[in-house]
Amino acid sequence: MSIEIKTTSVEPIRHTYSHIARRFGDKPATRYQEASYDLEAKTNFHYRPQWDSRYELNDDRRTAIRMDDWYAVSDPRQFYYGAYVGNRAKMQESAETSFGFCDKRNLLTRLPEETQKQLLRLLVPFRHVELGANMNNSKIAGDAVATTVSQMHIYAAMDRLGIGQYLSRIALLIDGSTGKALDESKGYWMDDELWQPMRKLVEDTLVVDDWFELTLVQNILLDGLMYTLVYHTMDAWLATQGAEDVSMLTEFMRDWYKDSLRWTNAMIKAVAGESEANCELLQTWIDQWEPQVYSALQPLAEASVGIDALDEARAELSTRLKKFGLQSRGVSA
Amino acid sequence: MAVQNKKLNLKDKYQYLTRDMGWEPTYQKKKDIFPDEDFEGIKITDWSQWEDPFRLTMDSYWKYQAEKEKKLYAIFDAFAQNNGHQNISDARYVNALKLFLSGVSPLEHAAFQGYAKTGRQFSGTGARVACQMQAIDELRHSQTQQHAMSHYNKHFNGLHDAAHMHDRVWFLSVPKSFFDDARTAGPFEFLTAISFSFEYVLTNLLFVPFMSGAAYNGDMATVTFGFSAQSDEARHMTLGLEVIKFILEQHEDNVPIVQRWIDKWFWRGFRLLSLVSMMMDYMLPNKVMSWSEAWEVYYEQNGGALFKDLERYGIRPPKYQDVANDAKHHLSHQLWTTFYQYSQATSFHTWIPEKEEMDWMSEKYPDTFDKYYRPRYEHLAKEAAAGRRFYNNTLPQLCQVCQVPTLFTEMGAPTKLSHRQLKYEGERYHFCSEACCEIFEHEPEKYIQAWLPVHQIYQGNCEGADVETVVQKYYHINIGEDNFEYLGSPDHKRWLSIKGIKPADEDKNAA
Ligand SMILES: [Fe+2]
Ligand SMILES: [Fe+2]
Ligand SMILES: [Zn+2]
Repeated sequence: MSIEIKTTSVEPIRHTYSHIARRFGDKPATRYQEASYDLEAKTNFHYRPQWDSRYELNDDRRTAIRMDDWYAVSDPRQFYYGAYVGNRAKMQESAETSFGFCDKRNLLTRLPEETQKQLLRLLVPFRHVELGANMNNSKIAGDAVATTVSQMHIYAAMDRLGIGQYLSRIALLIDGSTGKALDESKGYWMDDELWQPMRKLVEDTLVVDDWFELTLVQNILLDGLMYTLVYHTMDAWLATQGAEDVSMLTEFMRDWYKDSLRWTNAMIKAVAGESEANCELLQTWIDQWEPQVYSALQPLAEASVGIDALDEARAELSTRLKKFGLQSRGVSA
Repeated sequence: MAVQNKKLNLKDKYQYLTRDMGWEPTYQKKKDIFPDEDFEGIKITDWSQWEDPFRLTMDSYWKYQAEKEKKLYAIFDAFAQNNGHQNISDARYVNALKLFLSGVSPLEHAAFQGYAKTGRQFSGTGARVACQMQAIDELRHSQTQQHAMSHYNKHFNGLHDAAHMHDRVWFLSVPKSFFDDARTAGPFEFLTAISFSFEYVLTNLLFVPFMSGAAYNGDMATVTFGFSAQSDEARHMTLGLEVIKFILEQHEDNVPIVQRWIDKWFWRGFRLLSLVSMMMDYMLPNKVMSWSEAWEVYYEQNGGALFKDLERYGIRPPKYQDVANDAKHHLSHQLWTTFYQYSQATSFHTWIPEKEEMDWMSEKYPDTFDKYYRPRYEHLAKEAAAGRRFYNNTLPQLCQVCQVPTLFTEMGAPTKLSHRQLKYEGERYHFCSEACCEIFEHEPEKYIQAWLPVHQIYQGNCEGADVETVVQKYYHINIGEDNFEYLGSPDHKRWLSIKGIKPADEDKNAA
């Protein structure tokens, strides 16, 4: 039997917003589409920015990369705010369980002093690299012109703050929440020779003006070598040093990096695929920055997993970039 | 930080988890990393004095916000499934949503971009982190508003192309120029403008009308959004207060700069809110409170207490607050009578208030409504009844600063139009008020750049010379659907059919 429902007045007069319909047709749109496309202001800006009067607000000339339509770059994860926080809330839940577990059983306070020192010297200072990544991604979110692009970067900015906080909490577990271990670790970042090339690299990224150059350097080149080296190879190496429990506490970073590959790959694919000129520019930036990233990680690799591991990470990045028609040095010369 | 063996307290722990990740650079100059921090003349001697306005680590942020989003989207889904748009008080209410989606939601997005920028500009890590959290919150608001209105857009006109209209339509240059003004300023002025003057001082005058308006008019989707955003806004307000106190405490030379910004942004905000005043008094079929009552509670009382509190820093109340206080008796009526005449060029409908509504206004505005405004409506109603619904075909003159048509009257002289003009580099500029004129005089190089919609039409930059072409082709306002009088509009007819009323019955009711 069927129930008679009066439908005349509930028949919609359109299925989505006009700006969404212009792209995808007048049919029911996804939440991602309605939250992401053509939302930011595009024209008729009233005043030039006092902090950079070369360009207007929301001006696509803030990068030398040219896209006919920046909305061609979109997020394969379909993250709008709600989907993003929902996903991260789940990830943090398992991180919380691990931190709680380590805390309750004093797993880190029980580590040999030598191992604790290694963690504070080799792992925890990456929290400062994360803060640099946070700043860079916030800049990009402020400069990029399409919501599909800018939102991925503000998510990344907040993620990096969160990762920096997880790294900091490893030190707080070691010293029983006094802050002593973080002070010690920051000392390495500031003064230990091992860290100076990396600190210089991060400071160098903080003065990069072109936001797409910056996303390439930060989210693809630097992360590409660093996450593979630190959270995979070094993680396994730390386990051999008696710190296998720390693995639980860096699981978030491994999951996160896997997730970030999805959007960074999609972004590079769209941008490199747009034009020969874009490809050339990307190639120039890769040629300029990839060797610097490699050198910045070199002393850290030497002091832990060895240079071969860094070369492997480099080869992996090279294979990845090749898929987009880009070259980087696959093995050290 | 000093060596300690005690467990960290919450405040110190939060600092370790935020600002302690920052460091003094040595390979690059600080000035090159933070090039925008000085040009406004604000002197910061010690960023370590920054008090974190809230302590929220990312893990709790994700968790807490995800819970809120889950609940919010459950309501959105239910609202769409049950055709919640049929349960609102009256379809005239939807016009408030049209104003919101085209006037306010794009500002949420601009706020996202602005805070992402300041989230990089300050050399103080604590301040940056607070700005970034607001950036992502504002992105949230911009997106959840699209989703909250999505269902309405399927059943009513005028909601279909909000961002496009925001960039072009004449009256939307009021909110747009407001935010462009803030975003193009330096980071300290941006925070004084948006975090302090807008979010802290004036936010209730935006939030209460729209969100309580939604509650009073049966709009579950918007009211749920409002509740859900409330805790975000609480954070934004604490940032607004912290930033102003921090700047003022850092150096006495900052006081006059901040005072000028407060004067300017109070006035800019007040002019922007004039759109809200008409929405509150005229567009809500079920009224929450009058604009003048809202102004008394949320500005005169709350603002009064706040500025008393800031006295110790040498800050006085905004220079032109007396004009704003006096205007509370007139604002909404002057706006609505103007928009009534220009409905051919708006994405929402206008109408003559019903008899009970006029009586409500007489009661709420005893000194002004019957004397100045009721007679206008009675005249307009008579004209409409005679088949001459009035539309004004001369384009209005816009104020060079706030971009509202010069429709306001002088303080204490409600029949005298307020108008100022001045010449700058051989060119004549027009203003709605002394306050706007003064804002211009302080930064003429900025305000001569304004994209004034009416000038742009005259200059042929809007795809046509006649209003109809501009409205249809350039604005994307669908003629006969989105614009003109409410009575007899497709929205009105659809509403009658939802309610099962035949137009003829309605005529009988009205007669
Ligand atoms: Fe907001
Ligand atoms: Fe806000
Ligand atoms: Zn004005």
